[in-house]
Amino acid sequence: MGKYEAVIGLEVHVELRTRTKAFCSCPNEFGSEPNTNVCPICLGMPGALPVLNESLLEYGIRTGLALNCKIAQFCKFDRKNYFYPDLPKAYQISQYDLPLCRSGYLDVETEEGARSIGINRVHMEEDAGKLMHGEGKADFSLVDLNRGGVPLLEIVTEPDIKTPEEARLFLENLKTILEYLDVSDCKMEEGSLRCDANISLRPAGTDIFNTKVEIKNMNSFRAVQRALEDEMERQYALYESGESPVPETRGWDESTGSTIVMRSKEEASDYRYFPDPDLAPVVLTREKVEQIKETLPELPAARKQRFVEEYDIPAYDAGVLTSSQELADYFEECLEGYNDPKKVSNWVMVEFLRLLNTNNMDVQEAKLTPSHLVEMLQLMEKGTISGKIAKTVFEEMFTTGKRALTVVEEKGLMQISDEDQLAGIVDQVLAEHPEVVEDYRKGKKKALGFLVGQVMKITRGKANPQMVNKLLLSRIQ
Amino acid sequence: MEIFDLTVYQLKEMMEKGTITAREITSVVLARIRQFDADIRAYVTVTEEDALAAAQEVDQRRKDGEKLPPLAGIPLGLKDNICTKGVRTTCSSHMLDNFIPPYNATVVEKLNKCGAVLTGKLNMDEFAMGSTTEFSAFFPTHNPWDLERVPGGSSGGPAAAVAAGEAIYALGSDTGGSARQPASFCGIVGMKPTYGLISRSGVVPFASSLDQVGTLTKDVRDCALVLNAIAGHDPKDNASAAVDIPDYTTFLTGNIKGKKIGVPKEQLGDRLDPRVADVFKKALDKLEELGAVVDECSFPHAASAVPAYHIIAPAEASSNLARFDGVRYGYRAVPDDGKEYDLLEMYMKTRGEGFGPEVKRRIMMGTYVLSSGCYEKFYLKALKVRTLIRNEYQRLFQDYDVLVTPTSPYLPFRLGDEVDDPLELYHSDSYTIPVNMAGLPAISLPCGFAEGLPVGMQLIAPAFAEGRILQVAHAFEQNTPYHQQRPPLKEKKGSES
Repeated sequence: MGKYEAVIGLEVHVELRTRTKAFCSCPNEFGSEPNTNVCPICLGMPGALPVLNESLLEYGIRTGLALNCKIAQFCKFDRKNYFYPDLPKAYQISQYDLPLCRSGYLDVETEEGARSIGINRVHMEEDAGKLMHGEGKADFSLVDLNRGGVPLLEIVTEPDIKTPEEARLFLENLKTILEYLDVSDCKMEEGSLRCDANISLRPAGTDIFNTKVEIKNMNSFRAVQRALEDEMERQYALYESGESPVPETRGWDESTGSTIVMRSKEEASDYRYFPDPDLAPVVLTREKVEQIKETLPELPAARKQRFVEEYDIPAYDAGVLTSSQELADYFEECLEGYNDPKKVSNWVMVEFLRLLNTNNMDVQEAKLTPSHLVEMLQLMEKGTISGKIAKTVFEEMFTTGKRALTVVEEKGLMQISDEDQLAGIVDQVLAEHPEVVEDYRKGKKKALGFLVGQVMKITRGKANPQMVNKLLLSRIQ
Repeated sequence: MEIFDLTVYQLKEMMEKGTITAREITSVVLARIRQFDADIRAYVTVTEEDALAAAQEVDQRRKDGEKLPPLAGIPLGLKDNICTKGVRTTCSSHMLDNFIPPYNATVVEKLNKCGAVLTGKLNMDEFAMGSTTEFSAFFPTHNPWDLERVPGGSSGGPAAAVAAGEAIYALGSDTGGSARQPASFCGIVGMKPTYGLISRSGVVPFASSLDQVGTLTKDVRDCALVLNAIAGHDPKDNASAAVDIPDYTTFLTGNIKGKKIGVPKEQLGDRLDPRVADVFKKALDKLEELGAVVDECSFPHAASAVPAYHIIAPAEASSNLARFDGVRYGYRAVPDDGKEYDLLEMYMKTRGEGFGPEVKRRIMMGTYVLSSGCYEKFYLKALKVRTLIRNEYQRLFQDYDVLVTPTSPYLPFRLGDEVDDPLELYHSDSYTIPVNMAGLPAISLPCGFAEGLPVGMQLIAPAFAEGRILQVAHAFEQNTPYHQQRPPLKEKKGSES
């Protein structure tokens, strides 16, 4: 395989979460009863005309700017003509030769270092409906046009991606950016983010372009990586046996972990694109684009950089914390109440993320809010609870949403810092384990740990550890 | 004159004076339809009950002292490509034979607000493609001036209905002359306003960048009254212009002294029937007599307009009509053996059986000119020609207030004469087509007769200068008798039986 390198380009379709559809005022919602979010316009009834939803344009510009694209001052809508039952007008309103955004890039951190992936274009279009084939033994298909006319952005990369892993990283970064921009749900499983990939192989170090194959039907980022790996191997085997790939579209089959031929590219359709006479070209002023630019949030890369500099945390930690906007916001909100970035970052990255993952929850769904964590950290600082107890408190807060102090009181987790009370227990432990005390005095320093452990066992972890240490040492030294 | 011969304005005056009711007018028009439409065949659907109910409501409102708009209670017909909620809208095609829209076109909404009385839906060339109304999938319409002749097209039904007194006025559509040419053939006034003046929402598209709703009225004042009611910005139509709409009747001053009128000499060439040329020449003399300055001018690219139009219009049509696929509404082909076609077969049979010959011809031409390899050669080139034509008009309007041409080079054809010669038919629209290509307003008004057949004159103005052509047309009309002539209709079918 080392003789060859892959040339990969991606086409990503993103459903935008505008309130209404791209060219009519039907609600843009997922999961409604079939054919309820429809009107004469998105049903393609005769005489019904499309009117551009301004949010589509704005979301497109936001995305283009975040991907470092040039925003066109003049762009237009074109009709892509083809017959299919999920396409009510028998044409899709899309953008052909004058897209909204061009010539951008997105940086990706790979193990070999940073790579800049070119963005060829970002254009606006409408989604088609959904077909449901053969319910049971039925010999018919059903059409649901709720999705018809939902606004999409198509993001096309340059063939700059060199490995399947890079493709996955690109998609992960892109998703994070789109989430930061709040333009899409980016749920691959609901189809609000879809990705097709083009891949070819060439002798390593050359700049030729061999026959490429398109891969569809990948429903997770992991699947994209696996499908591309599989396809690389398939093409490699072909070249090694003296054959070459043919231009075709292949579908990824998750169950077999391989791709199968969907259709040959030789029967490529002629879509007869032409400017949609129902929609005026879009003319954008610099001012309008600047205005939108000013509303862009701090994007993941910039935020990560700032976290490293401002909070003095490792780049890796900053990367994890900024991987979602919610998590980064959560972290910074905690800092407002408890300004110890390292400590906060540890709790958020380790405990909080672990619990979210085990419970399959999003940051917004968590009952444990930043103020919960802040109060708990304050209790630790005051010595009311130990670090060990804090973990118990944290989990309880996560499960119940109760405040830290309530948990501590209800469960009697208050740290014992009463010297007289602890001295009694220490004496009891020393009396019960004279041989361990003897070991310690003979130089076996580790024996102290055993004794501390015994005190903790009796106090069920609530003993103030520093105090226990002090009391033990003062007696056995 | 009989009630059905009167104009919107005259009937409005009478209703306001209380000498007639909307119900009476409507009954007269409906009776006229019953009496003559077997011969004329202007109507695809007559909405008698709804019309009487609407008229009655208007009468009640007037009785209650309400001040009503001029169009209230006046019966009109609509070309059958204008969507009417709950009323079959066929585009005179088998494809939409059973199509009942769940919505009104914006123009229908506007007319309803005025208390208009709809008597029915009018015949046309299928999907507005044609110049004789012989391409209706149902039946041809006959010219009230000579039943052996065509009424023009594609708005042949609306023009014939108004001329025959089967409607007081009508709305049509005009993509390449479809309102003006039938108005000319039927001896009435037909206006194609500026592209964007009237909403296209709910008008079944033929060629979206050229389509505009047109008016068919008995005189220029009625034209102004109807424009007043239907013009204006509509957020549902992206091409609809946000311009201030004047009261168009204020332009009807009768005075055109010093108006500069240009006559493009290229449009008086070979094709022009000498009988039409004669009438037109006299009309120009009349305009001069009224104080206008009439001058020959040059419009060199006029000849390129027809071929360019027959690239752009079919291209858009091929895409606009692709939605008629049998999946959701309209005609769907089913096999005789009770089984089902597969998808591709269903598409092909549905469209093969649902569309008539002219529609198929245009879909094929349109598909061809947009196909890969042809786009640059044909479609893109046609767009460039379109720009040239626009620029040429712009240049001409620096020197002239309006341009004038005959509306059609020909007198009304005999039924069946031209239907097999599509190219010749396409050229018959050569005076009206350039106007659509440039999106300008133009009117056709009666300017005389040749061998008992009406001849129309076309006035063209810059965009949104409808007032200017109304002014010139009105002055001409007030000083000529043609608009008062009515076809000498005798019941043919009735007398035979």
